Amino acid sequence: MANVYGRRDFAIIGDLIKPKTRVLDLGCGEGELLAWLKENKQVDGRGVEMEGARVQKAIARGASVYQGDLESAVEDYPDQAFDYVVLSQTLQETRYPLAVLRGMLRVSKRAIVAFPNFGHYSVRLAWLLSGRAPRTDRFPYDWYDSPNIHFLSVLDFEALAQQQGWKVERRICVAGDRQVTWLPNLMAEIAVFEVSAGGNALVQR
Amino acid sequence: MVTEVASCTFDRLELDSGATLAPVEVAYETYGELNAARSNAILIVHAFSGDAHAAGEGGWWSSMIGPGKAFDTNKYFVLCSNVLGGCRGTTGPGSLNPETGCPWAMSFPQVTIADMVRLQRMLIDHLGIGKLLTVSGGSMGGMQALEWAVSYPERVASAIPIATTARHSAQQIAFNEVGRQAIMADPDWNNGDYYGGRLPGRGLAVARMVGHITYMSDESMREKFGRKLRTPDQFEVESYLKYRGYKFVDRFDANSYIYITRAMDTFDLTQRGALPTLFESNEARFLLISFTSDWLYPPYQSLEIVKALRGRNCDVAYCNLDARYGHDSFLVEVEQQTEVVRGFLASTFREAAANA
Repeated sequence: MANVYGRRDFAIIGDLIKPKTRVLDLGCGEGELLAWLKENKQVDGRGVEMEGARVQKAIARGASVYQGDLESAVEDYPDQAFDYVVLSQTLQETRYPLAVLRGMLRVSKRAIVAFPNFGHYSVRLAWLLSGRAPRTDRFPYDWYDSPNIHFLSVLDFEALAQQQGWKVERRICVAGDRQVTWLPNLMAEIAVFEVSAGGNALVQR
Repeated sequence: MVTEVASCTFDRLELDSGATLAPVEVAYETYGELNAARSNAILIVHAFSGDAHAAGEGGWWSSMIGPGKAFDTNKYFVLCSNVLGGCRGTTGPGSLNPETGCPWAMSFPQVTIADMVRLQRMLIDHLGIGKLLTVSGGSMGGMQALEWAVSYPERVASAIPIATTARHSAQQIAFNEVGRQAIMADPDWNNGDYYGGRLPGRGLAVARMVGHITYMSDESMREKFGRKLRTPDQFEVESYLKYRGYKFVDRFDANSYIYITRAMDTFDLTQRGALPTLFESNEARFLLISFTSDWLYPPYQSLEIVKALRGRNCDVAYCNLDARYGHDSFLVEVEQQTEVVRGFLASTFREAAANA
């Protein structure tokens, strides 16, 4: 597995993306993943990021990044403009996750979504034992200042995909440096899904 | 830094109005060296009151252009010319009409942003540059950069339009009209025929004073002047505006003011089609920059262009820089601007070399 700025989710995503493809990275931060993909996979990349200082660093790094809100930004791209659209560690922070996911599958053949798994045993234990909003390594925030406004697990995402008729092309679950195959909803810290619109034709606006 | 001041004369230039200027002269400066592959040329396009002297001592964008700066003259060949209709070496209303031997004054044909860019393209041809690495400028310079990208997309690897718009708003036209009226109300203006006599200095100075107010922000004016007094009966801000206004008279022609502001006001890319359609299959890279405190060219005007580019999935980067100095930010608050421009240029240069 490639090492991408020490970020496990980036390394997995970097491996999933095929060379010389068109990639949109939603919530791209300082453009680390885009820069890595350009360098190593010759992708034609675009990014969206809200925070100005990060956007400046990303552009300075050579990434074509747009400063704006990803939830409305995804609306502006044409249908099927990309091969992949990436949403890493951000789905749980969006106001309307389903609209974002539908938008991703409208503008791209594949959506790659990475998120922290709220079904992990450490979260369940913290909740069970303390009776308070869980704080763990993956969810380090107090409830009142957390950027996370939706909490989902591996099973939750799979249920949504099934309900929407999307096809899960790949699912990679990890804990620490290891890939998890046994009881992923309990054992995975991070889940990465690659989904397509499946049998559905284009996801409409 | 190698600086060259030069001038070039062309036999004729066809204008959007249908008129022809023959001959037409263009003043320009260059900095740095053109590389063997002729792939490192950057065209800097100036704002309303600028000129070809962009870099070096007293250059209007010397904060951005020079060795080690955003437009690094150790790496790139930088070129800047005075615009058509100007008064700093390029043909304008103050030039002599070859048919009469007298200054054109108000009989000078109306010029447009596209005419300015057409003349720049002739200069680029003359210098043997096939494709510009980038074309960049702020304000009216941004309009020219956009015009380049729309009219000659195959001639630019990228464009960096800063603090600009695809078309002036009513507010922007209104401020320009106040400037024009101030000049025309000066009796020394004499319908434009003042060359060789008294210049309409009072009108031009007032026009410039209004301009300066629009280039600043409430915050920067509060910081710079507040309610400070220069003399017991004069505020610091009054003294500053008068100083800047009258200093402008020494270097700028009132008729050029009228012609160039009209060129800005009539610029409207959307007259040629909906914005997204103008960028259809445009392969240039774009970097647009706006400033949070710029109320003359507000960020929404840059965003309109960026949205059109994204709607056609063009390669565009955009940031709205946190800045306090209003529209002037692109000239004076250059630290963050330098960071993004430098990185954008470096990656564009790398890619152009890889694709060559």
